[in-house]
Formats: sequence, structure tokens, C-alpha cells
Amino acid sequence: MADKLWFLLPEIWLFVGVVVLSIIGLSKSKSLRDSLPFVTCFFLIVAFIMTPFVYSADRVADAPLLMPMLGKYVKMIVCAVGTMLALLSVGLLDRPLEAAMAEGRTRFDAIRVNRGEYFAFFLLSLIGVMLVCNANDLIWLFLALELASLPTYIMVAISRPSSKAQEAAVKYFFLGAMSSAMFLYGFALLYGSTGTIVITELRDAFTDQTLSEGGLSRLAIVGMILSIIGLCFKIVAVPMHFYAADVYEGAASPVTAFLGFVPKTAGAVALILLLSTVGWSNHHGFNVDGLPREILTTLWMIAVLTMTLGNVGALLQRSAKRMLAYSSIAHSGYLIIGLIAGPPFGLNAVLFYLLAYGLMNTAAFAVLAAFERRGQEIESLDDLAGLRRRYPVMAVVMAIAAGSLMGMPPLLGFAAKLYLFIAGMNAGHVALIVIAALNSAISAFYYLKLVALPLLAQSTPQSETVIPRPVVWPRVAAIITAAAIVILPIFANQLIKASNVANSIEQSALLSATDDLSLVEKVEDGTRH
Amino acid sequence: MLLAILLILPLVGAIAIIASPAKHAKWIALFISTGIFIYSLTLAMSFEHWTDGQFGLASEKPFQWFEQFGITLSVGVDSVSLLLVMLSTLLMPLCIWGSFSAITERVKEYYGWMLAIQAAMVGVFIARDLIFFYICFEFTLIPMYFLIAIWGGENRAKACIKFFLFTFTGSMIALAGLLYVAWQYSISSGDWSFDIAQLTTFASTELTASQQAWVLLALISGFAVKVPLFPVHTWLPLAHAEAPTAGSVLLASILLKLGTYGLYRFILPMVPEGLLYEVTLPLVGWTFIPLQLIAVLAIISIIYAALICWVQDDIKRLVAYSSVSHLGFCVLGLVALNPLGMQGSVLYMLNHGLSTGALFFLVGMIYERYHTRDMDKLSGLSKSMPVWAFFMVFFVLASVGLPGLNGFIGEFLCLIGTFVATADNTANPGILGPWYAAFAAVGMILTAMYLLMMVGKVVFGALKEPTVSHDSHHKPLPKDLSIREICVLAPIAVLCLYIGLQPKPLTDAIQAPVDEILAQYPPIVNRYHASQSRPDDFVLIQQSTEPGGAN
Repeated sequence: MADKLWFLLPEIWLFVGVVVLSIIGLSKSKSLRDSLPFVTCFFLIVAFIMTPFVYSADRVADAPLLMPMLGKYVKMIVCAVGTMLALLSVGLLDRPLEAAMAEGRTRFDAIRVNRGEYFAFFLLSLIGVMLVCNANDLIWLFLALELASLPTYIMVAISRPSSKAQEAAVKYFFLGAMSSAMFLYGFALLYGSTGTIVITELRDAFTDQTLSEGGLSRLAIVGMILSIIGLCFKIVAVPMHFYAADVYEGAASPVTAFLGFVPKTAGAVALILLLSTVGWSNHHGFNVDGLPREILTTLWMIAVLTMTLGNVGALLQRSAKRMLAYSSIAHSGYLIIGLIAGPPFGLNAVLFYLLAYGLMNTAAFAVLAAFERRGQEIESLDDLAGLRRRYPVMAVVMAIAAGSLMGMPPLLGFAAKLYLFIAGMNAGHVALIVIAALNSAISAFYYLKLVALPLLAQSTPQSETVIPRPVVWPRVAAIITAAAIVILPIFANQLIKASNVANSIEQSALLSATDDLSLVEKVEDGTRH
Repeated sequence: MLLAILLILPLVGAIAIIASPAKHAKWIALFISTGIFIYSLTLAMSFEHWTDGQFGLASEKPFQWFEQFGITLSVGVDSVSLLLVMLSTLLMPLCIWGSFSAITERVKEYYGWMLAIQAAMVGVFIARDLIFFYICFEFTLIPMYFLIAIWGGENRAKACIKFFLFTFTGSMIALAGLLYVAWQYSISSGDWSFDIAQLTTFASTELTASQQAWVLLALISGFAVKVPLFPVHTWLPLAHAEAPTAGSVLLASILLKLGTYGLYRFILPMVPEGLLYEVTLPLVGWTFIPLQLIAVLAIISIIYAALICWVQDDIKRLVAYSSVSHLGFCVLGLVALNPLGMQGSVLYMLNHGLSTGALFFLVGMIYERYHTRDMDKLSGLSKSMPVWAFFMVFFVLASVGLPGLNGFIGEFLCLIGTFVATADNTANPGILGPWYAAFAAVGMILTAMYLLMMVGKVVFGALKEPTVSHDSHHKPLPKDLSIREICVLAPIAVLCLYIGLQPKPLTDAIQAPVDEILAQYPPIVNRYHASQSRPDDFVLIQQSTEPGGAN
């Protein structure tokens, strides 16, 4: 137990942050309340620095986890992108209330201020993602996933004083509850099929099933597919993608950026853990040739449908936020290629892609979050027209983010996509890669709008009324993320190495599966029939 | 490191331009691009492999990118690549100097993008790693997109999007094809590599004919868009017509060559079996050979574009369509599969870069003065602009292929190569032949007709000038060419004349690499001819000759 707790130090530290934030949020002093996002950043940065020390070699060696180093990578990228996301949210909450208090129209009322809660929930959701990668049983996994999601429902609702946000939150909540029910049901079936909920034991149980019956039991397959479909909600993939456009549009831009990264990371990491219990040859140490056929087919179809629907849907949008929502769906489709390809390259690709997507998604939304019109945030693509004339740097950031999302060399998005494609190719999924390549070509059509409108178009009377938000921090975050998108490709090799360490599986399990040669032969027999 | 400087210097220059005041931008750009040209000249002087077809100037310790997949940023040139590098480094200072008067707004960005595109173009030609090649190949899109979109004509928004989407789609498919080859290599050798030389050898010897045909399909959809060949050429006239003068020059002279260079560097050496693989279309049951299809598309491009040129009123569009027509010859020469045709084709790349680039400069000079490109509004300009008229006639003649000027030798070699590309040619049999050459020659006649008609209308005849109201922020240009403009055109003219009179050093330099590519073709082509002459045994031969067995 103590072993496990040690790895939770970053989470525990962030939980301290949650408590501190919710107390500061109730402070009467305006300057204290204004410091909330920076306190959030402080906790995240300390957690970021702490993580590599927590995951020291001797501690990791006897960790009871499936992928002991996964946490290091995921926690670090979550803290890094989370810091940027916290900067985006500066000055987002309670604006009418704060303005009224500043003018003396109303007195401070602890019940009515939301900022403390917002940032506390913000950190709680990040803690949820971090806990996902520490999960070693299904209950933990479920609770961690819920912890990542539940705060986001509230964040959507309180993000802006508009009925749209509340509508979005309700939709998000109900569909989220349904998806949770689904993967919980899937988990239950997995338990029913194996009699265990511990992930490492699940893997052994599935190995046994494959050995004795020549494949997974039906119960296990149904359970696994249900879990996958439930998790599709978190990563915004078909068939659970319907909410994305409405929810992304309804929430304030900083929260939308949050939704694009945090639940997606949680879902992708959970999928990595779940899928590694049933498949991928070198994780088992014996030849089952990737994933079981039924699960492979399911994922394959999800990938193709997700990227195609996402890209085609994005073509039709006039709202920048809806367009980025569909783009988020499309990127999940690419992400699944990595899951299909499996370790080591495929999982490297997924983890690398999560970082790349987190950065470019944050950069794009940071530009949207940096502007407003009469206190309302901008949504339409036309609002960006001619941005260059008045705010050249933001226009360039938007162009960089869009170019990176498109996969234009030499930006980070290209490096991530290229690695993903090679990984998919390596696993032999030529058709999938061709479809993904064609999809990238389709996506160029709408991402070009995000390049052309801010940089090239003439400003319209409508876009002239757009002014920057009174706070500078979203713009700072936009510049930092854009710089990262331009500079990080140089270090892509190092990042890949880090993600490679992250998804390597514990040594002992690998050995125990390989040393029994008779088992291997039996499996090969089994798969042949 | 020697070659990498060619890449790094323009990028450093671009950053320097962004950082310095706008009034210095053009001078910094000119200074740096001239410096790069002089540097490339010294590289060419010190290059040791002009006649043996070897690669030289390679980097000793290239930057490792994705180590697991063996992706490095390795560079190296053979004589053909070095010639194309020289072409681009020569044209860049001229382009920059030529746009001094035309570009008056957003100057810093303009020259920054010009230097960025220079880096990308050079990168394409010097890359010895597939991914590095692809990065540079794709990156040429971004500067060109902005050059058209910001400094282009009225229709620029449509033009730049069409240009971008066509090329991007094509190259995404090509990427899938290239990754497929690399994957097959990794299966057979156990390790990933993106080294162009290794992959080329592997693909041409180890892949089965049908695999090669698929790879060919993917690659040709990337490169044919860039060339451009007939059905996918529609982006070109629009992009050319709307681009600023220097943009059109670069597009015609260098960027189109990326397509033919792709054919030369990847398709021909990589997929010889695929080029001669008998494809049967499902449902309709037509059979054809990809090589023949490419040749037919090239001939359609030649004739179709020439016919369009004939009815063109807009001089710039005329020159743009003439590029489509001309590059048809280039492709035809490549698929003739003999040294004559391929040498002609490589020469054609250089010559077309020079003469068509100059024509775009000339058209741009007219446009700057009269703000029109309509041939009906312009006539008899030799009376008002004798120097311009001299250059116009000179470069039109070079472009038509007048013996003694540079265009002739390339075009002639391409046609001869096509003509002799038959089974009877024992050293280098081909599958084209006199009929293909005859149709292509029709295009040659048409070229002469439309270009000379254009000259007759615009340069000679009664003087007709549109009246122009000078806007205040443009400095009025002299009536005829200024010294600066003459200096831009003169080096190109001298080179045209020199290559026309003395093509031997160039053909010598092209000889060895071309022979190396062609070495693997004779047996494959002979096998094809054998199968054609004895249709009964066709199935047998097909089975017995496919390397590696069926799939």
C-alpha cells in the first residue's frame, strides 16, 4: 500500500491545492481571489517538477502496476498542458459579479463567487486523469475516470453566464452518465468472465482463456466492446461523439480547450490499460497477433468512422468552436490507429499524439479565448477575419495551431501524425493509413480557413467589433503553446523515447508469460483453429 | 555540413529580415540570396562527381530525428540534383531583385517567405532521406500559399486554396505510398530505414510487380499534381495567373520541377516492374500499361494545353498553360526509358526553368507598367519598348525550341528518345515509338504557333498601349526596361545562349546518373515485349518472371 501511495504524491500534492484553492476562493480580498489561477499554476508546476523524482528507478522496479512508468509521462504532460489551460481561464469566472463588486453595487457574497470552485474542480479533474494511469484494478479505473469527468460537467455549467452553457452541461452530464453506465457494465461483464478486477490478473485470465478456448470468451468480448464504446465518450469517438459539437460550443473557450485535452487523455490512457489486458503480441510474450479479431474490427471501424465523420462534419461548420469540436473528433480517429497498432510504436504514437494534440488544441482555443465582443466570447469563424491587422501575433498563433492540426511539416502536429502513420503501417494496417491520409487531405480544407481568415482576409464590420479580453494571460498561453509547437519537433525523438519508457510493461509479467514454451505452442495451435 | 548551409542560411536570413526594419528587407534578401548563389557555385566547383553519377557532399553525422525508424536529416547530391540546386539558387536572387518595384506592401513578410521557399526547394533536391524529402516537399506549399494569397491578383483567394488542396491531397497519398515501401523494407530487413538509396534498391528488386503498381499509383498521384499532368493540372493556370511575378517564376521554374524530379528520382528507379505491370480495370476489362498511360497523359497535356494557349487572351495564363504543355515533353522523355529521352528530359527541366521563368518576368514587367495582361489591349510594344521586345522575342524563341538556343536541345532529345523507344532498340528498348513522337511533335508545332502568334500580336504590329493612371505610392517605372530589369534578364539570356550552343558539359553531367537508373530496365521491357508477341504464353511468362512469386 505504501508503495502505491508513494506514486500518488503528485495527486496528493494537487489535492492540497484543491483545498487551498477552495479556501482562497472564499476570500473577501479581490487580489487573493484574482491570484487563484496562478496558485493553480503553482501547484501544477510543482507537481510537474515533483513527478520525475517520484518515479525514481528503485521505486518503479517493484511497483505493482501494469505499466509503471506510464504515470510519469502522463502526469508530466497533464501538468504542462494543465498549466497552460489554467492561464486560459484567467478572468473567466464571475465577471459580472466582480464588476458589480468593484462598482460597489453589491457586497461580497461567498455563495455567489464561483472562482474557487472552478479552479478546485479544474485540479480535481486533472487528478482524475493522473489517477487513471495508476489504476491497477477496474474499480480504481472507473473511479478515476469519473473523477476526471464529473468536475468537467460543473466547469461547463459555470463557465459562462449563459443558458447555452447550462444546456451544454446538462447534455454533457446525461450522455456522460450513460457512457459511464456503459463501461461500468462492460467492466462488470469482464469481472463476470474472469472473476477478477485486478488488471494484471485480468491479463493472465484472458491469456488462460485464449489458451484453453482458442480465443476470448464471448462474455469477455462483449464486456470489452462495451467498455471501449463507453470510453469512446471520453475520447470523443463515434458512436459517442454526438455531444461534442453542442458541448464544445456551449462551454466557454478555456473550458472547451480543457474538454479537448483532459477527458481525451483519460480515455486514451484507460483504453491503453484495458486493451493491454487482451491483446498485442509482445505485451503477452506469445503470439496472438495484435488484438483479438472482434476487438480489432470494432476499433478499426470506430477509427475510420470517427476520422471521416469528424472531418466531414468540420467542413460544414461556420462556428470556429464547432469546427474545432469536429476536428477533435477527427483527431480521436487518428489516435485510435495507434491503439490498433499497439506497442511499442503504436502506444508511443498515442502518448506523443496526446501531448501534441493537447498543445495545438490549447493554442487554437487560446486565440478564441483571448478575444470577446461586448463581454461575450467569439464563436463564428467570421469573427476572426482580418485579425492580423490589429493583433498580428494572435493571427500567427492561430495559423500555427491550424497548420499543426492539419499536419503540416515541420510543426509538431506533423511529427505526431507521421509517427502515428508509421506505427500503423508497421502493424500492417495499410488501408487504415490510406484512409487516414485521405482524411488529412480533407481536413486541410477547413483548417485552411483558420489560417486564411485571420491572416489573409479583410476585416469585416462584424470582426472589427472584436476586442481582446481585459486579461493578458490567454494571449501569453497562446504564445507559449505556439512556440512549443514550433520548437518541440526538434526534440521529437526525446519525447518518443520518454513515451516508449512510459508504455513498457513490467518485466516480471513479461517473463512469466514467455518462459513456458509449451504454452506458446498451445496458443499457436489455438489461434490456428 | 557543406550542403546543410544551403538550407540554414536562407532560414537565418528570413529571421534576420523579420527582425530588421522594413526598408532594409529587400537588400538583406538580395544580399543573402546572392551569397547563397555564390556559395552554391563554389560547391559546384568543388564537386567531384560531375561525370560518374555518384553522390557527394554528404553529411557525415546527420541529425537523427525518429531514431527508431531510422529517420535522419541526411543530405547529398549527384550531378542532376546539384544542377537543380544551382537553378534554384540562381533564380532566387533574380526573383528577389525583380520584385523590388512590384512589392510595396508587407515587404518584410514577402522577402522572408521568399527565403523560406528557397530553403525548402533546395532541401527537396539535396535530401537523401525520404521523410526529409517529404518535409521539404510539403513545406514549399506554405511560402507559396502565402505568396499567392497576400501578393496575388484579384482571384487569389480561390487560387491559393486550390493550389494548396490539390498539392496537399496528392502528397498525402504519396506519403502513404512511401511509407508502404519503407514498411515492406522493414519487414524484409528487420529494421526501419528511410534512406532513399536503400529503399530504392529494395523496392525495385524485392517488391512484386503488383505491389510496385500500387506504390506507383500512390506516388504518381503526388507527383502528377505537381508536374502537372492532364487531369490534375487545373490548379496551375489559376495559381500562376494570380501569383505575383516572382511567385510565378518560382512556381514554373522550380516547383513544377519537383514533380518531374519526383518521377526521375523515385518513380523510375523504384517501381520499374510497376511501370510495366499490365493493369486490367475491373468491370470494363480494359488493360493497359501504366507507362503507356503516363505517356498518353503527357501527350494529352502537350496538345490540350497548347490548344488552350491558342485561344488565350491573357498573356500570363498563356505562359502558364505553355508550362503544362512543355512539362508534358519532359514527362514523355522520362518514360521513353532510354538515355536520349531522359537526358533530354533533365535538360528540359533546366531549360524550361530558365526560359519560362524569364517569360514570366517579362509578362510581369508589362503588367507593372500597364496593369493589364490582355493581349487585345496590347500591341506593337516593340516601338515603345525595344529592349523588352528584344528579350521577349529571344525567350519566346528559346521556349519554342529554336536551334542554337537552349530549348531546342532538350525538346529534340525528348522527341528522339520517344521515337526510338521501341523493341527494336536493343540497348534500351522502350514501349513508346514513332506514333507517340508524332503526336508530341504536333504539340511542338502548336507551341510555335501560339507563342509566335502572341509575339506577333503583342510585340509587333501597330502600337496600342492602354492608358495607365499611376497611383501615387508606386514609383513610376521608366517606359522601357530599367537597368535593374535588364540585369535580371541578362544572366538568364546568356545562360540560354550558352546551353544552346554548348550543351555537352550538361549532357555529360546527366549521362551517368541517367544510365544508372536505366540499367535495370532492358530486361523488364524485353520481357514485356516477349509477352506481347506471344500472347498464348503470356500467362506462363508472367508467372515465371514475377520476382518473389505471387504476392
